[in-house]
Amino acid sequence: MTISVKPQQTGEPLFYLADEHPHPEGWSTSLGFWIYLMSDCLVFAILFATYGVLGANYAAGPAPKDLFDLNLVAINTSMLLLSSITYGFAMLTMQQGRVGATQAWLAITGLFGLAFIGIELTEFAHMIHEGATPQRSAFLSSFFTLVGTHGLHVSFGLVWLVTLMTQVWRFGLIEANQRRLMCLSMFWHFLDVVWIGVFTFVYLMGMLR
Amino acid sequence: MNTDTHAAAAAHHHPDQHAHGSLSTYLLGFILSVALTAVPFWLVMSGELGNKQVTALVIMGFAVVQIVVHMVYFLHMNTASENGWTMMALIFTIVMVVIALSGSLWVMHHLTTNMMPIHEMSGMK
Amino acid sequence: MSSPDLIKLIFGRLTLESLPLHEPIVVGTFAVVATGGLALFGALTYFRLWGYLWREWFTTVDHKRIGIMYMILGIVMLLRGFADAIMMRAQQAIAFGGSEGYLNAHHYDQIFTAHGVIMIFFVAMPLVTGLMNYVVPLQIGARDVSFPFLNNFSFWMTVGGAVLVMASLFIGEFARTGWLAYPPLSNIGYSPDVGVDYYIWGLQVAGVGTTLSGINLICTIVKLRAPGMTMMRMPVFTWTSLCTNVLIVASFPVLTVVLALLSLDRYVGTNFFTNDFGGSPMMYVNLIWIWGHPEVYILVLPAFGIFSEVTSTFSGKRLFGYTSMVYATVVITILSYLVWLHHFFTMGSGASVNSFFGITTMIISIPTGAKMFNWLFTMYRGRIRFELPMMWTLAFMFTFVIGGMTGVLLAVPPADFVLHNSLFLIAHFHNVIIGGVVFGAFAGIVYWFPKAFGFRLDPFWGRVSFWCWVTGFFFAFMPLYVLGLMGVTRRLRVFDDPSLQIWFIVAGFGAALIFVGIMAMLVQFAVSILRREQLRDVTGDPWNARTLEWATSSPPPDYNFAFTPVVHDNDAWWDMKRRGYQRPLTGFKPIHMPSNTGTGIILAGLATAMAFGLIWYMWWLAAVSFIALLVVAIGHTFNYHRDFDIPADQIVRTEDARTNLLAGAK
Repeated sequence: MTISVKPQQTGEPLFYLADEHPHPEGWSTSLGFWIYLMSDCLVFAILFATYGVLGANYAAGPAPKDLFDLNLVAINTSMLLLSSITYGFAMLTMQQGRVGATQAWLAITGLFGLAFIGIELTEFAHMIHEGATPQRSAFLSSFFTLVGTHGLHVSFGLVWLVTLMTQVWRFGLIEANQRRLMCLSMFWHFLDVVWIGVFTFVYLMGMLR
Repeated sequence: MNTDTHAAAAAHHHPDQHAHGSLSTYLLGFILSVALTAVPFWLVMSGELGNKQVTALVIMGFAVVQIVVHMVYFLHMNTASENGWTMMALIFTIVMVVIALSGSLWVMHHLTTNMMPIHEMSGMK
Repeated sequence: MSSPDLIKLIFGRLTLESLPLHEPIVVGTFAVVATGGLALFGALTYFRLWGYLWREWFTTVDHKRIGIMYMILGIVMLLRGFADAIMMRAQQAIAFGGSEGYLNAHHYDQIFTAHGVIMIFFVAMPLVTGLMNYVVPLQIGARDVSFPFLNNFSFWMTVGGAVLVMASLFIGEFARTGWLAYPPLSNIGYSPDVGVDYYIWGLQVAGVGTTLSGINLICTIVKLRAPGMTMMRMPVFTWTSLCTNVLIVASFPVLTVVLALLSLDRYVGTNFFTNDFGGSPMMYVNLIWIWGHPEVYILVLPAFGIFSEVTSTFSGKRLFGYTSMVYATVVITILSYLVWLHHFFTMGSGASVNSFFGITTMIISIPTGAKMFNWLFTMYRGRIRFELPMMWTLAFMFTFVIGGMTGVLLAVPPADFVLHNSLFLIAHFHNVIIGGVVFGAFAGIVYWFPKAFGFRLDPFWGRVSFWCWVTGFFFAFMPLYVLGLMGVTRRLRVFDDPSLQIWFIVAGFGAALIFVGIMAMLVQFAVSILRREQLRDVTGDPWNARTLEWATSSPPPDYNFAFTPVVHDNDAWWDMKRRGYQRPLTGFKPIHMPSNTGTGIILAGLATAMAFGLIWYMWWLAAVSFIALLVVAIGHTFNYHRDFDIPADQIVRTEDARTNLLAGAK
């Protein structure tokens, strides 16, 4: 707030607000949540740095080329992208106050998110089955941790999504719930941005090595 | 402005000053991001560019552009929301990320080069 | 299932042998702590204070009370951390000429680790966070922080971390790795016991609290400033708090990740920091210092802010070079991210890397020096009152400059190759942390104590404590510079060269003086409480100070300000006094405030239980606590009514009482 205060008519400066209104509820929420996301961004930055430093240490074990299936990654990426746009639709219908449509789009978003997690787990299971476990080499340790942390975030987002859907169902699209959906929207799109880094630096560039 | 802005802010229906997208901006963002995802995948899977280093640079460029697209169309980043504080926080974070990432890579790369076992060192010359 | 299996399932690796019954010192300490704890518990029960504590303190969301609780935590933990320090000093003073001293290696290694961890995370951090929590909302004319519930939760998470570290004293053991737990020593192969796990989970639990409180205070400063308070009208302490919290939010995630990767190495068997399968222990060192260097600025920046407030108040002058002070703070904030490698010049990254980080390190001394000159020029031709806060400030200026200069010395990579890990380094960082952070916290405590409680601290005992601390500091650490130059390395338990002993005895004497200083400080608190009527201040402004927190009563009412102040100047309260501000006596309206909640302490308790389960491999406890954590957290979000209105007539009563007090004082 950069409010300059003019002296009153009498020339006496004004030293307090005689008629003040409290800050509306949630006055700081979106900024606070944004700052949290920034701190989360640093979490991923360090995981990327670890992957960057250790990612070529295969310890005579499998390399990205032996493990990654880009077709699967492409499908996975599209799941996340689709869930992004459907969350966008949920926000648009929320602004129009259409509870049913909002809930429907949220549910679709959740399904895409679930599909993403399912595909990722399949990929992990397949790799582990082939002996490419997180313990096998520093490359695999950092790969599983980076991608897994993103996956954990998505799973947490799903729990949150279900919670919010319950709250919208019980209390409607009240202002507090709209604010919460807005925060989850920021979280969800933020995870998209992280995923761009993951598929580019881990998968695509891994295949180029 | 005077002190009444306080009251005005209170009367606002939406406390958060985040910009909201519209159907067209969401769709535009989606189309752009699909394209920006598909091209790098295609480049790598087909090996169209031939040179690996060039391909790597190109897909990194695509990633940067796509991150900006997501920021603008999905996260509705702009310089106005929260009096520019979100943008300020973002720029600061990007600086920190760049420092931590490039710094770690630089430091650890020099370490590996310098601390290479002697027999490999001799082969380097 | 056989019964040993069942016991293992329930208790994990916790057995009767885990209790350190064979360590007479620990058993003795336990006896004292247990007796004291029981006495305290009994007294609280006898006087029926549990309900009061729970309703008014444990569940409070009032930033002032949370701030006070942070300070109490910091002071209690200071006693523990200092006990470790004096044990080390005693051991090193006697372990010469074949004597093994009185501490075995197993115990001694835990002590130096615990000393470092406790002093940084559970003394310096709570003291600094507590002062920021208490003062910042008052200085910016706000009613509370942005997220009051989160504030309560953050505090209890910090307590949770402290509880875990304290528990390690009596149940199991603490890490024997040094305060940053470098691998491969901290990896499971070399530290198979619970010590490192206590370390990891203690810091993780506390770290969540620290990060959240950082986010909270940034938002508070950005969103809740009183009208008229532009960024360049913020008090300097608020500015340094803002920068500190930015540093917290941008660096604690790094610590979280590094410790998480270390725990993956220990629990899952990954290869991040191992010696084989491509792992790199040096990556841990690199990453943890990306957090570690900003951390020292997290601690010292608020201290700089305190010294700025104190200097200008007790010199009766506006702070010299406010703008340069702000820019110096911001520059330090950015630069603190560019110097981390100076903690491990000797790692072997080569000349180019070392010179870069050496130069950036030296550059930091420029904005710091600018600050020093600003304080000197503020004092120049001022009417200086040598009250206790000012005395601490002067001691800081003298001490910190020495520490700063030895720091620049260490920033020269070739010099660092000689002094790395020597007692010279130990002397340097104690020089800046005690001279900067600790003296700053003490200046802050004596300065703001009358605001928090309505009476001053006793000056006589304050002076006793001051002189013992300052002389004790020089006796304790100057010998370490000498020893460091002679080549003595840190963390040694026994010595061969008898010519060194005298220096350790002098250092031990210094530690004893500091002990007297700490005791005098406790006496000072007790005496001040007993003599509170003589030391009473009813004006709310005992020092004739300059910033907004002195505009309200001492202690401030729950709502801080009956009317939100409007700011016209850097020194808002000074400006109000100068221009004949009249305190409003009528027209009070109900004030919207957040309600207390017990969710914070419950969540933090569950997190601590989960951490305990993970430390001892009691998987059922970890799982149950984790699920409970989720359920309670989600349940909490179903509560939409988190605030209430303080009715106008209650405000009228409070404010009338103050009017009467003020009239009586005249």
